[in-house]
Amino acid sequence: MTKVVEEKQEVTIVFAGDSGDGIQLTGTQFTNTNALYGNDISTFPNYPAEIRAPQGTLAGVSGFQLHFGSVEISTPGDACDVLVAMNAAAFKVNLSRLKKNGTVILNTDGFSARSLKLADYETSPLEDSTLNDYRTIEIDVTKMTRTTLEGSSLGKKEMDRSRNMFVLGFLYYMYNRTLKGTEEFIKQKFSKYPELIEANISVLKAGYNFGDTSETFTSRYNVKAASLPKGEYRNIMGNQATALGLIAASDKAKLDLFYGSYPITPASDILHELAKHKNFGVRTFQAEDEIAAICSVIGASFGGKLGVTASSGPGIALKGEAIGLGIMLELPMLIINVQRGGPSTGLPTKTEQADLLQALYGRNGEAPMPVISASSPSDCFSAVFEACRIAIEHMTPVFFLSDGYIANGSEPWSFPKGEDLKSITPKMVDAKKGESYLPYKRDENLVREWALPGTAGFEHRLGGLEKEENTGNISYDPENHQKMVKIREEKIEKIADSIPPQQINNGVEKGDVLVLSWGSTYGVVKTAIKHCLEQDLKVGHAHLRYINPLPKNLGEILSRFDRVIIPEMNNGQLIKVIRDKFLIDAQGLNKIKGIPFSTQEIVDAIIQNSAIK
Amino acid sequence: MSELVEEVVLSPKDFATDQDVRWCPGCGDYSILKQVQSIMPELGIKKKDIVFISGIGCSSRFPYYMDTFGMHSIHGRATAIASGLKISRPELSVWVVTGDGDALSIGGNHLIHMIRRNFDLNVLLFNNEIYGLTKGQYSPTSPEGKVTKSTPIGSLDHPFNPLKLCLGADSTFIARTMDRDPKHQREVLLKGSQHVGTSMIEIYQNCNVFNDGAFEVFTDKSSKKEETLFLEKDKPLIFGNENEKGIKLDGSTPKVVNLSEECIDDLWIHDDKDKFKAQLLTTFFDNPSVEGHLPRPFGVFYQEDRYRYEEAMEEQIQYATKKDGKGNLDELLRGKNVWKSE
Repeated sequence: MTKVVEEKQEVTIVFAGDSGDGIQLTGTQFTNTNALYGNDISTFPNYPAEIRAPQGTLAGVSGFQLHFGSVEISTPGDACDVLVAMNAAAFKVNLSRLKKNGTVILNTDGFSARSLKLADYETSPLEDSTLNDYRTIEIDVTKMTRTTLEGSSLGKKEMDRSRNMFVLGFLYYMYNRTLKGTEEFIKQKFSKYPELIEANISVLKAGYNFGDTSETFTSRYNVKAASLPKGEYRNIMGNQATALGLIAASDKAKLDLFYGSYPITPASDILHELAKHKNFGVRTFQAEDEIAAICSVIGASFGGKLGVTASSGPGIALKGEAIGLGIMLELPMLIINVQRGGPSTGLPTKTEQADLLQALYGRNGEAPMPVISASSPSDCFSAVFEACRIAIEHMTPVFFLSDGYIANGSEPWSFPKGEDLKSITPKMVDAKKGESYLPYKRDENLVREWALPGTAGFEHRLGGLEKEENTGNISYDPENHQKMVKIREEKIEKIADSIPPQQINNGVEKGDVLVLSWGSTYGVVKTAIKHCLEQDLKVGHAHLRYINPLPKNLGEILSRFDRVIIPEMNNGQLIKVIRDKFLIDAQGLNKIKGIPFSTQEIVDAIIQNSAIK
Repeated sequence: MSELVEEVVLSPKDFATDQDVRWCPGCGDYSILKQVQSIMPELGIKKKDIVFISGIGCSSRFPYYMDTFGMHSIHGRATAIASGLKISRPELSVWVVTGDGDALSIGGNHLIHMIRRNFDLNVLLFNNEIYGLTKGQYSPTSPEGKVTKSTPIGSLDHPFNPLKLCLGADSTFIARTMDRDPKHQREVLLKGSQHVGTSMIEIYQNCNVFNDGAFEVFTDKSSKKEETLFLEKDKPLIFGNENEKGIKLDGSTPKVVNLSEECIDDLWIHDDKDKFKAQLLTTFFDNPSVEGHLPRPFGVFYQEDRYRYEEAMEEQIQYATKKDGKGNLDELLRGKNVWKSE
């Protein structure tokens, strides 16, 4: 039957299933296809720490949330329009995210007596009143998949592994998308296994055809291309953008990239991405532990490479002493923290912003260093590039903060051309005038010169002991120590001269409430501000990329608003810095649940604060 | 400085810095510094291409006294820093100076991983069986029962046998020498520097303040010949005041024999390419006060040729560059799935 095509401005879908159901792959494929249709997109994968938690249990549910539209999209969406649940546990965990009157697509085979028991259901939600408020599409995906593959050489277990393709095909029909991109993907992924290519593509098509021929719904949906600024786009995930930013910085600085790291969730994908690009002269070193990772970076930086390490909170804690050495040696290097829930092992696969104070202060002694944060998946590229620039041009270790939310999330990216990126100039010595080299002599920005091994006449020794000004010789002199502590502090503060002034990113320039945010909360705050402006609230939004040093005009911006709200996915960390530096009564809005803010939560806080006069 | 000056033949003095050497008077470190400075001109490597990296401990002050590139880093991590440097700059001559606490206690993990990767660098492990810089606690090489400030009733730790540990991590070069025998030290240092791969050189070094005489039985004239066994390639294992004793292999059991009773041809002939025998040699580690103990070997125990991590890394980079072409930034940023917004 012919179905009506209904236009939608934006749609949020949650794919949910067992962690072995291929949910992340399904979500990514649907994302990539919509990206090629020009939609603006934001995604949020949500999966358990266990690789294969017991099948069918609540602990093993893997989810992928996708928000796409023809309008500007800045968050993965508060509540979803469509929930795809492969089993009872996935349904139970995600039902609360579904809008009233939303659509549930259920794999009925995942609601067997056993599955219901594993999900702690006493009665089947398919049979009681649970689904009354929703539009339900029930499909026995397992049966359909097996029927499609009848006669193939695959066993039942192998057949069931392509169930996700049935669902994907069904959604492609529902949202009026072609199968082409995913077919190409399947062909590449299984290039060595023709029988798997055939099976997956036929199941994908079967899902699509089922949507076409079944009477499950009367309309299809169409989400038009978004009116993104003119240009070329690709879809990108945060960790991938971080890796590309590092390669770009290495290219612009003409320093080969050395990346030493130890596997840790959610930072490992940076290593995986970089390891693919050895043809850019990238040396990736999987060290024996976190300490060796940062120490190998120190060795590489000493040797003249762009040394970079990445980890998450627990690993960063282990690197602390060596980062302090980097500060004393005044060598350029980058330390990336893809933050996750803490303390200790905490919530490895969940997001949090609770390592800000660790980045600012988590070392022995007075050990200041720049801290730069990324605001979205694609912003990881430019933020990490800027972090590398500061490290190289100011001869200092720099912290770059990302988090699990933007590291694994994705969005369209208007990628730059190499020639449009800023140049980066390493502070190399002039090899012709060696005799007078003083390792700790500084320029007007208090930056010392970099002399690499292999440069005749520049033989010198560096170390972690306090050093005499200029010569770098060991010094225990009290006056010298105080002076050197102050010099190292001022050197970092002077970086503020080379960064852009803080802008009001969204909303009014002056008014009742300023929302001051940093890191991955950018998108949700931006969306919340839009809602509040529609309600005529006088609210502005300033989002920090530079947390140390802070932009010089930040105090002036703060003074233009009656109240300042600081939303953070932690128990209040930036707020401590702001109160300390500006002595203002900033208000914290803190969510420490391992999941990002919803737009509504920010809106509510703004409304509440606007009411206070 | 111009290249011209570098071409002038260097002397040991050229490797000394203007810094005052600040080890305790009588410390074994002085002798090692002197020998290292003395072999440097013989390596045929320019000063600019030599890097000394140390951790923390008395021995780790070493780089300050060598007029080359150098880094005095943090406790236990010199090996990890040297690894990163070597991957980045394979052409440099890298020397790690470390001690028994630095290398075997806090830095134990990095040591074994550096060894298995077999970077082409030299490790000088100053073993004095004590923590000197922190003023006299037992170390991972102190003998059982060692009475120190932290072990007033005696240490409960069973000590590491450093060379056995290194060989266990598949070291490609292990050797032992001592501070009190400059000539032997020189030989071993030169052999180590010639080895392509990680050269592990353990140097018995006397701490005359906190552990005086720890190795006296091996270094003092009165007992040295009886208690030590100097390994020489293709020569039988002979020792004793009158070179009257030898080591014979009885199956896989080493036995001390008297040459007046045994034919010299039946003795164990040292072969530094024989890993099995090298493993046996590392077990010559008895307490010299125990009756019937074996003498302590000195010299090169073992060496083999195995690929170096940094060379393999360069090969991978070349392979990837050949396969995919030299990286093009614009293509990388663009990716494969691009759409246009008009």
